[in-house]
Amino acid sequence: MIHRHNYDVVIIGAGGAGMRAALEASTHARTAVISKLYPTRSHTGAAQGGIAASLGNVEEDCVEWHIFDTIKGGDYLVDQDAARVLAEEACDAVVDLEHMGLPFNRTPDGRIDQRKFGGHTREHGAAPVRRACYAADRTGHMILQTLFQNCVKNNVEFYNEFYLMDLITENSPVTADDGAESQQGNTVNTTPRITGVVALDLATGDLHVFQAHAVIMATGGAGKVFRTTSNAHCLTGDGMALTLRAGLPLQDMEFVQFHPTGLAGLGILLSEAARGEGGVLRNCDGEAFMVNYAPNIKDLAPRDIVARAIATEVRQGRGCGPDKSYVHLDITHLPRDVIDAKLPDITEFARTYLGVEPYTEFVPTYPTAHYTMGGIPTTLHGQALDASQNPVTGLYAAGECACVSVHGANRLGTNSLLDTIVFGRRAGAAAAAFAAAQEPHATLTSAEASQAASAVVAELAALRTRTEGERVGQVRDELQTVMDTDAGVFRTDESLSDALDSIKEIRQRYASIAVDDRSLRYNTDVVEAIELGYLIDLAEVMATSARQRRESRGGHCREDFPTRDDAGHLWHTVAWRSDDGTVTLGRKPVVNEGYEPMERKY
Amino acid sequence: MEITVKVRRVPEQEGASRSVVGAESSGEMAGAAQPRTGKARTSTAPGYWQTYHMEAKPTDRILDVLMALKSEQDGTLTFRRSCGHGICGSDAIRINGKNRLACKTLVKDLGPGRAITLEPLKGLPVVKDLVVDMEPFLAAYRSVLPYLIADTSTTPTTERLQSPQEHARFEKTTKCILCAACTTSCPVLWTNPDYTGPMAMVNAHRFVFDSRDVAAEERFAALSDGEGVWRCRTTFNCTEACPRDIPITEVIGELKRAMIAQAL
Repeated sequence: MIHRHNYDVVIIGAGGAGMRAALEASTHARTAVISKLYPTRSHTGAAQGGIAASLGNVEEDCVEWHIFDTIKGGDYLVDQDAARVLAEEACDAVVDLEHMGLPFNRTPDGRIDQRKFGGHTREHGAAPVRRACYAADRTGHMILQTLFQNCVKNNVEFYNEFYLMDLITENSPVTADDGAESQQGNTVNTTPRITGVVALDLATGDLHVFQAHAVIMATGGAGKVFRTTSNAHCLTGDGMALTLRAGLPLQDMEFVQFHPTGLAGLGILLSEAARGEGGVLRNCDGEAFMVNYAPNIKDLAPRDIVARAIATEVRQGRGCGPDKSYVHLDITHLPRDVIDAKLPDITEFARTYLGVEPYTEFVPTYPTAHYTMGGIPTTLHGQALDASQNPVTGLYAAGECACVSVHGANRLGTNSLLDTIVFGRRAGAAAAAFAAAQEPHATLTSAEASQAASAVVAELAALRTRTEGERVGQVRDELQTVMDTDAGVFRTDESLSDALDSIKEIRQRYASIAVDDRSLRYNTDVVEAIELGYLIDLAEVMATSARQRRESRGGHCREDFPTRDDAGHLWHTVAWRSDDGTVTLGRKPVVNEGYEPMERKY
Repeated sequence: MEITVKVRRVPEQEGASRSVVGAESSGEMAGAAQPRTGKARTSTAPGYWQTYHMEAKPTDRILDVLMALKSEQDGTLTFRRSCGHGICGSDAIRINGKNRLACKTLVKDLGPGRAITLEPLKGLPVVKDLVVDMEPFLAAYRSVLPYLIADTSTTPTTERLQSPQEHARFEKTTKCILCAACTTSCPVLWTNPDYTGPMAMVNAHRFVFDSRDVAAEERFAALSDGEGVWRCRTTFNCTEACPRDIPITEVIGELKRAMIAQAL
């Protein structure tokens, strides 16, 4: 039996962007939130250090400095109009959260306290500035809890542990002037209109068809493409992959942020706040090596620079530990009461997982795959764009799965929580406004619902009945190892070519994987198999996009093309799948509002 | 090292379902006095024990053990997981008879030489294997009005002021991750499924002692009926179970004192 629902707005994902969108949309339109997790399990809760806003509560700051830092931090691949929106709306976004109840740390006079963070500076790089509003080192946890609390208060409708399985599309001509075919030789003839989704209720195994005027993707990142990652197991890029499968493009997928300080061997995130509060990175000689890479702001350089510095130290034999495979994060000089008040969670991670006491011992750290700067291209109001830059009717995206693009080639710390709140709100408002102007959908008949879900029914049946094949975990491990090895912090044409060969072979094996669990209810074995399919699709797009970008910019470091090439490469990559399944690439100009690219020194 | 893992297996439960949280189910939020589910709860988990043998490192998380078993030996083994480092609250289970997060418990924490036992949380209906129905737990959460209720007559355009001392008054209860380790460790809940439970009290405390909130009395009303704070027998199970080190028994004591002071 296929269950049927009819809403104005359906939001996929209940993290920061999804719930902020829900709070906005649900006050104007009939809104449902579909989430593969209970909302408070979402990975927004893992964000630690803070949310950026130039409140100027503790020292002089201004919106324009925040815009500049975001653009420079993103290595000039940031769309400058989007960066302006982000910085301009930051203060209101943070004050809204405070009004919703968020327990920020406070200054002695009762204002929201602020701390330093990588790449955020005063006067265009003169010195670090205290711009990150924070709640200890669990700012994301408090944002997630506060948004959920307000969703409970507003009776937002959640469908928890429902898995997005498919987008329902209607093919329709996009624009009257047939503009869809022309630009840059793209071959997309029609853009689908999105009219709903198909979801799997994990608890029962039943399928549900949700009709909606507007669908908002807020499904987060795709860190599980990699083995060493700070990302949760759930972060398999579902929304990005299904958008791609609907014939729509993804943008800038070659840009993955490797966070400098993951717990060595585990990848668990240790916030940049440790360095914001005065922590220092050291190599095996005890040298505070960041002075050699960013003489001015040292350990508070942006993440791409610090991650490459750590990887370089290790490559050149100055790593620590028995295998010289990591560097040390030193916070032993910080007062214990500062550590306890401002960095309690991350110090506990070091104690729990590595048995290291950060009061007195150095913490082993190494870069970990952390954030996908790329994603579903959108307008400033969160509406998805097709390969010809025309808005897609009925589809919106916000947060990490979207690419608006405020992060460009490298995201600054504390800008991602801000992105979820600012653009989650915008997408929620735009989707609700669009839905309000539409005639209600005629509710699908049972036969129409079955038709809409038929591909999903077939996919699930095939997975549940295949008796012989490789295990999901084995194939997934190999994919992740390939991406760590060949598409990690450093890349070359050769390594990316190897990665694509491996992905091709892994895709063939994926076609005949088998699961053990044949039951209907709570079948996580089948779900993991479906997620692996998403990871393979996204890995291919990442490696293909990375191979054609023959320069180094932000988080994308090509050893065979070690410098930034503004003359030849100052464009966004747009990637989509042609009818035969191959990844096709196009280009899109970067929006420039007057910040000309400069050498990126810190 | 080779380890032995005994997992409580519970086949998929017929009739398992979940209610939609929100407008359509808002009737459930009326208060803690009403039975929240009417479902009978079992005091011991149903199902059977299944024994696995595998290689593990002493520093492996129990979640690593579960994932390796699922990936390499038995794909039918079912459990929740997400962040893998103790902040999302998905993987609270009973490990060697105690409620813990699987991702925050290492093999070496459990003492050498004996089998590791893994069971679903006690006191919530089991859906399948280590997965329990969270809905009764969330209904208790909703019953204490778990959101800031501020005086909106004078909403400022900037942040409301709150001193560091006022912030410190409730900061410990903001750490809650809704994992259910506390509530399902409580013997009062095992015999009385309608008990409000420690998690809801922690989340009441988080707002009652927030200087910006004005609705303490409404929450006290929800906590003072027969299933509220006065049922707490201070056995400290919740405090021991909390993976976030929230001193829950102390928190409940602070609520009781505030409620008495308000009544006088």
